[in-house]
Amino acid sequence: MLLSTLQTPRSLSRLTRHPHSFTSRASLTHQTQTLTPSSPSPPPQSEILSIRHALLSRRASAADLVLSQLARLRLAEPRLRSFLHLPDDDALLAHARRLDARIAAGEDPGPLAGVLVGVKDNICTADMPSTAGSRILEGYRAPFDATAVKRVRELGGIVVGKTNMDEFGMGSTTEASAFQVTANPWDESRVPGGSSGGSAAAVSARQCVVSLGSDTGGSVRQPASFCGVVGLKPTYGRVSRFGLMAYASSLDAIGCFGSSVADTGTLLHAIAGHDRFDATSSKQDVPDFQSHFVAVSSLESKPLKGLRVGLIRETIDDGVDAGVISAIRAAALHFEELGCSVNEVSLPSFSLGLPAYYILAVSESSSNLSRYDGIRYGNQVYADELDSLYGGSRAQGFGSEVKMRILMGTYALSAGYYDAYYKRAQQVRTIIRNSFKEALSQNDILISPAAPSAAYKIGEKKNDPLAMYAGDIMTVNVNLAGLPALVLPCGFVEGGPSGLPVGLQMIGAAFNEGELLRVGHIFEQTLENCKFVPPIVVDDIAY
Amino acid sequence: MASSIFRSLQVHPFMLYPTTFLRRRNGVFHLTTKATQSQTDTQQRQPQTKVSSSNSTQSKKLDKIPKDYEAIIGIETHVQLSTLTKAFCGCPYSYGSSPNSSICPICMGLPGALPVLNSKIIDFAVKLGLALNCNLAFKSKFDRKQYFYPDLPKGYQISQFDVPIATAGFLDVDIPVEFGGGHKRFGITRVHMEEDAGKLLHAENGNYSQVDLNRAGVPLLEIVSEPDMRNGIEAAEYAAELQRLVRYLGVSNGNMQEGSLRCDVNVSIRPIGQSKFGTKVEIKNLNSFSSVSRAIDFEISRQVQLHSQGQEDQIVQETRLWEEGSQRTITMRKKEGLADYRYFPEPDLPAVILSQEYVDGIKNSLPELPEIKRRRYEQMGLSMQDVLFLANDKNIAEFFDATLAKGADSKLVANWIMSDIAAFMKNEKLTINEIKLTPEELSELIASIKGGTISGKIGKEILFELLAKGGTVKELIQKKDLVQIADPVEIEKMVDKVIVENPKQVEQYRGGKTKLQGFFAGQVMKLSKGKANPGLLNKILLEKLNSKS
Ligand SMILES: [Zn+2]
Repeated sequence: MLLSTLQTPRSLSRLTRHPHSFTSRASLTHQTQTLTPSSPSPPPQSEILSIRHALLSRRASAADLVLSQLARLRLAEPRLRSFLHLPDDDALLAHARRLDARIAAGEDPGPLAGVLVGVKDNICTADMPSTAGSRILEGYRAPFDATAVKRVRELGGIVVGKTNMDEFGMGSTTEASAFQVTANPWDESRVPGGSSGGSAAAVSARQCVVSLGSDTGGSVRQPASFCGVVGLKPTYGRVSRFGLMAYASSLDAIGCFGSSVADTGTLLHAIAGHDRFDATSSKQDVPDFQSHFVAVSSLESKPLKGLRVGLIRETIDDGVDAGVISAIRAAALHFEELGCSVNEVSLPSFSLGLPAYYILAVSESSSNLSRYDGIRYGNQVYADELDSLYGGSRAQGFGSEVKMRILMGTYALSAGYYDAYYKRAQQVRTIIRNSFKEALSQNDILISPAAPSAAYKIGEKKNDPLAMYAGDIMTVNVNLAGLPALVLPCGFVEGGPSGLPVGLQMIGAAFNEGELLRVGHIFEQTLENCKFVPPIVVDDIAY
Repeated sequence: MASSIFRSLQVHPFMLYPTTFLRRRNGVFHLTTKATQSQTDTQQRQPQTKVSSSNSTQSKKLDKIPKDYEAIIGIETHVQLSTLTKAFCGCPYSYGSSPNSSICPICMGLPGALPVLNSKIIDFAVKLGLALNCNLAFKSKFDRKQYFYPDLPKGYQISQFDVPIATAGFLDVDIPVEFGGGHKRFGITRVHMEEDAGKLLHAENGNYSQVDLNRAGVPLLEIVSEPDMRNGIEAAEYAAELQRLVRYLGVSNGNMQEGSLRCDVNVSIRPIGQSKFGTKVEIKNLNSFSSVSRAIDFEISRQVQLHSQGQEDQIVQETRLWEEGSQRTITMRKKEGLADYRYFPEPDLPAVILSQEYVDGIKNSLPELPEIKRRRYEQMGLSMQDVLFLANDKNIAEFFDATLAKGADSKLVANWIMSDIAAFMKNEKLTINEIKLTPEELSELIASIKGGTISGKIGKEILFELLAKGGTVKELIQKKDLVQIADPVEIEKMVDKVIVENPKQVEQYRGGKTKLQGFFAGQVMKLSKGKANPGLLNKILLEKLNSKS
């Protein structure tokens, strides 16, 4: 039977059946439960490739594609509020026409040609405001494109707008945006997660094809899980941070969202690689992730034979929703069906990650946010005296979550407290890094939920910051260890009009995003009867 | 490079932001205002001038310090590095360029901008660390020093805190003879790398201030001395030696007027025999070595006076400002407890790792340093005054050494440089690099005189020609037909001619008025257009005058 393949008896008893759990292809015949939708659905396709084929075969012009994508974006936008800034259609069409001209001239318009890319608002763009969701930067325009944005544009991608976020990345719901609250496309009464909630919601609702986010403690992975999209946090240093407004510099990473693993990998490939404007960016080679992808039709029966998968025991423990645990257990089963050996691994230092993360993140942020003083840019209050100018500008410009974190960080770095807080947190970080290294020497990838629950209601945790912080338990360790992690939807729990998606987190060795993408692609292609398209998406654009 | 990418920035309106209402209670920004008096420093500075001016002040002040107190002085020096670009971005820096003309998103601290270390700074820091006999940290790091001020765009300064690149060194100084002479060794606590801040420009009416970020992000080395100095002169000599060192190493122009070398001194006093340090007072706004010396001596007497009147509680931990006009220090700000800069490791920059090979490479490329040079000159038998004059200025020392390398005698070269050449430079306000005379020709000139080709007198004439217009000694001698006449037959002919033409004087001479020998010699010299070898001339003249008597 299906369950007999699980190795630890303890897990057996925990595995609960959920009406929305998927079944893997191999086990379908043994399943008796009802599935929604009941008919098999095709695995996710690469929208980027479809667009490319449409353009190169001249089935559609870039201008047509942009117009139809924009129409869908605008239709959903009043309900979701994913975007903070959208340029004129004319500006976008001008980009599209340039691509069409290149295609007409027989040139390759680039691998991202005609692809609408959403960009989180803390990533600088020269042609649109960049506010990081903060009042203090209202109307601020950067004089340069972030390196990641520059690379997207160089490859033909069209930046369609700036996505909503928790102010300066500080939050897990996007409710801490100074400007608007974004809704979850699966259930508009719920949060999309955060802090990259706008980027996740936009991809989920197909308002854009892919999007850039940033992940300091899970800000790409948790919203990917909440919105049922693929989210990738690359290895620290894989993608240049130049142009990313710093939250916690030693943890920040620009990440990617897509509706398929293939699209997410394509976007990562576009933005990854060394940048001489970021001293912490790595000179490691960037492999061609796409070439690792195997089409579903040519997959062997056990395509992941020999892959050692470690399920982190501490992540399927108390405090994690039963529905999430069962979805993850089912994903583990799916890995076994694909030929992997799945073992539970224990990371005893796992629970230390959350306090260590919050000390380090708030400490660094208290420093990184010092530059927002109202002197050179951003909102400045009128004052008679310098300290009042600083105090007033920052009091009015920052939201309460940001102020709280600045205060905590300032405290943690103060003379006399440094050793007790910052220094100890750094020691914990070293322990965590080593324990991941150890676990990844025994396993090729580690898996866990991306979040302890599916998307919760707007306002539910707004006044309970500790509960919100606790939600980051699954993701912060990965940032502390600087490792890459891929989140992809693996199942559903009950909630909303049609269920709420659950994300599986796969953690790999440093700079081994290629393996995560390869495994994730196979997982996704073989996962049946799970169509991660939210109800808000009613039409399909034919490329 | 970066500048081209950010070209769009040049037209941004926020460049010269009138940061209105930046009235500040303390006077910290007066530091950056240009000093009206111009003292010392600069390459034209003549050591003698400095010596005499500070000497008089010094001796006056020293008299006031009772013998039963001792002063403890330490110096923090900021040296601006002469790299082509700033510490963490591609902007060039040149002193005096128009406000906000050399800035970019990085040195403006715009959101999303990141620092990338200019590796030249490490080279310079290692050079200075080695030259100061320090231990180098093979793994050091950058830290953020955090405080708010409008000239600090990021709200923190990138600096080094607990692991500076160099520690525990020393600097050897020769105190000029006028101040008693002697050789002193001052300890160096640490050398660390950091970035400079911008400048505030205050409106005439005091209503607003503006921020000029040209200087923001310019690389600095901060050198902290041990509290080893005991009076103003020692402190000034320490600072002067540091200036020489950075100039010898080529890491900075060391110009105090432009703020490329800035000294903040800490002064405390204690009764002789007491081991506990007195309360330390910091003095800023020292724009020259003589102000370093005078400010310290003023501060010592101020503290001694308070102490000897039983008012030592009036000596408080504070920063005082040296006022050049009134020649005194005044309170700038009292330190209310220690400032907490909340240092923590700079996460945007990787650790600085040095390899032994790299350090050895730098070590082998170091030039001869002032202290070694002075010892070498001393061994040549030069007086300490000569030694200091020649070694104090890197360019003069190089000129001197190059002349010696052509085989000239060290004492003769030293004399020429210190007398006629120095006088010429002073009158014409030129540096030794600007005069037309080359070491080769000075050596040639000295050789020509020594070898008897020209007289010393003609040598001087040629020298001034060479200084002002250049050319070679040989050319000038030929062109002007200045070769000394050393042929006895030719000289004899001229002597005969003079004797024949002056029968009356010959008679007087022979009648006992032998003083007239000078007259005859002069006439012959005139006839030879100054070219007759004087020794030969006199010998022949005497023979002729005396033979017929
Ligand atoms: Zn710059």
